Amino acid sequence: MIKRDPHYIRTIYILFKKELAAYFNSPIAYIFIGAFLVVGNWLFFKNFFLLGQASLRGYFVLLPWLFMFLAPALTMRLWAEEKKMGTIEFLLTLPITNWQAVLAKFFSAVAFLAITLGLTLSLPLSVARLGSLDFGPVIGSYVGAILLGGAYLALGLFVSSLTRNQIIAFILALAACFLLFIVGEDFVISGIPKALVPVAQFVGLGQRFANIARGVIDSRDFIYYASLIWFWLWLNVKALEGRKWQ
Amino acid sequence: MIEITNLVKTFGQIKAVDNISFQVKQGEVLGFLGPNGAGKTTTMKMITGFYEPTDGQITVGGLDVVKNSLATRRQIGYLPETVPLYDDMKVYEYLKFVAEIRDLPQDKFLPRLREVVEKCGLQKVVGKNIDELSKGYRQRVGLAQAIMHDPEILILDEPTTGLDPNQIIEIRELIKQIGKEKTVLFSTHILAEAQATCDRIIIINKGEIVGEGKPAELMSQFGGPAEFYLKIKAPESQALAYFKTLPGIDAAKQQDKESDDIVGYSLLSAEPEAREKIALAMLKQGWPILEFRQAQASLEEVFRELTK
Repeated sequence: MIKRDPHYIRTIYILFKKELAAYFNSPIAYIFIGAFLVVGNWLFFKNFFLLGQASLRGYFVLLPWLFMFLAPALTMRLWAEEKKMGTIEFLLTLPITNWQAVLAKFFSAVAFLAITLGLTLSLPLSVARLGSLDFGPVIGSYVGAILLGGAYLALGLFVSSLTRNQIIAFILALAACFLLFIVGEDFVISGIPKALVPVAQFVGLGQRFANIARGVIDSRDFIYYASLIWFWLWLNVKALEGRKWQ
Repeated sequence: MIEITNLVKTFGQIKAVDNISFQVKQGEVLGFLGPNGAGKTTTMKMITGFYEPTDGQITVGGLDVVKNSLATRRQIGYLPETVPLYDDMKVYEYLKFVAEIRDLPQDKFLPRLREVVEKCGLQKVVGKNIDELSKGYRQRVGLAQAIMHDPEILILDEPTTGLDPNQIIEIRELIKQIGKEKTVLFSTHILAEAQATCDRIIIINKGEIVGEGKPAELMSQFGGPAEFYLKIKAPESQALAYFKTLPGIDAAKQQDKESDDIVGYSLLSAEPEAREKIALAMLKQGWPILEFRQAQASLEEVFRELTK
C-alpha cells in the first residue's frame, strides 16, 4: 500500500495543486458555493430572530443537509470526468500510486470545502455583534463540520470512480450520503433486525453530528470519521485497481 | 528494452490479446501494425501499466511492469490513442505539471521546455488553453508531454491519426529523430507509415502476432506476386499472347483500352527483377511504354494476406 518514498508527499502535493486549480477553473463549483451560502444563511436567519439566542446551533444542525448537496457537487467531476475524457489513462500511467492519486483528489476537495466554510465565518462574526456568542462550541462545530464534510467527500469521490457520467455520480453520491446520514436514526433502528442495530448506530452520521452541532467533539468521533474516510478512500483505490473499462 | 512473453489479456469472454511474445531492442523503432481492434492498444496499455495482464509477463529495462510498476513507468513516455489532455489547463501549465510529477529538477524545467516546444512545433500555442487547440496541435502537445522527461522508451498509440498530410510528415520525422537515440514502439494501421519510419514491424491480428521482421524481409517472406500496370502501344492480338511466353510473368490480362492499339495490361510477377525484364522485353519488341507502375505496394499485400 503506502511505500516509503522520500517524494511520496511531494507527489501528492503536486497532484493536489493541479486538482485544486481545476476547481477554480470550473464555474460549476462557484455556482454550488453561491447556492450553499445563500440557502444556508437564509434558512439560518429565518429562525434566528424568532429564537432570539446568540447561538450558531441552528446553522450547524442544517449543515449536514446542505453538505449532502455540496459534497457530491464537488466530487462528481473528480473521477467521472477523467474517465470520460480519457485523461485517467494519462494520470494512472504516470509514476504515481493509486493511493497518491486518490489522496490528492480527496484533499483538494477537502481544501475547497474548507475554503467554502471559511466564507461562512461572517455568520459567527455577525452573531457575536448581536449578542454574546460562546466561541468554544463554534470552533468545535467548525472542526466537526470539516470532519463530516470529509466523510461525505470521501464517499462522493468513491462513487465518482464508478461512472463516467457526472450527473449519475452526483445523484448516487447524494443518495449514498443521505443513507449514511439517516441509518442511525430512530425510525431506521426500529425497522431493522436487532443484530444490526449496534452497527447502524455506529455508522449513522446523523446521531454523531448531533454532538458536533452542540460543539462537543471527543476522540471517539475523530476515530469514527477517520475510519469512515479511510474506508471510502480504500474502496476508491480498489475500484481503480480493478480498472476494466475501455 | 521491452520484453513480452506469452502475454494474454481477456475482457470477460473476449480475448483481446492472445499469447503474444516479442521484444523491442534498445534504440529500435518498432512499428506495431494491425487492423483496428487487433489488440495493439490493449498491449500498449499493459506495457504502460494501465491494464494488468491476465497472464504472461512484460519487463521493461529488466523490471517487471506489475511488480515494479512505478520504476518502469518512469522510463516510459506514453501517448494514448485518444490523446487525453486536461482541457482546462494552458499548454505550458500542463507541461509544467508533467515535468513536476515526472521529477524533472526545477532548474532544468525551462531549458527542457524550450527544447520540447521547439521539437514539437508548439511555439505559437504555449500560452493558449488546451481546449482551444486544433487536433494537430493537441497531438503535438500529447507528444511533448510524452517526451518531456526525456524517457528511454517512447510508446505512441497511433500518433498520426487525424492529422493532415503535412503534419503526418512532421510527426514521422520527429519519431525518426527521437528513434535515433531512444527506443520507440508505435502503432499504426497505415502501412506506408510503418515502412517509412520503422526498423522492424510486427503485424498483429485478432490478438495474435501474424508477421514479424524488417519491412523488406516481410515482403519477401509473405509477399505474393507483385502486380504491375503496363500501358503500351502494340497490336492487341499479339501483346497478350507475347506476355504469356515471357518468363517470370505468372498471369496477364487486359485492364483498359484507350484506342485500338493503346491498351493497358495488368501483369503478375513474383520475380524481384520483373520490372527490368518487362521494360527490356518491350524495347526488344519495339512497343513503346506509355505507362508503367507497380499497382500495389507490396507490404500492403502482405498486410492483407496476414490479416484476412
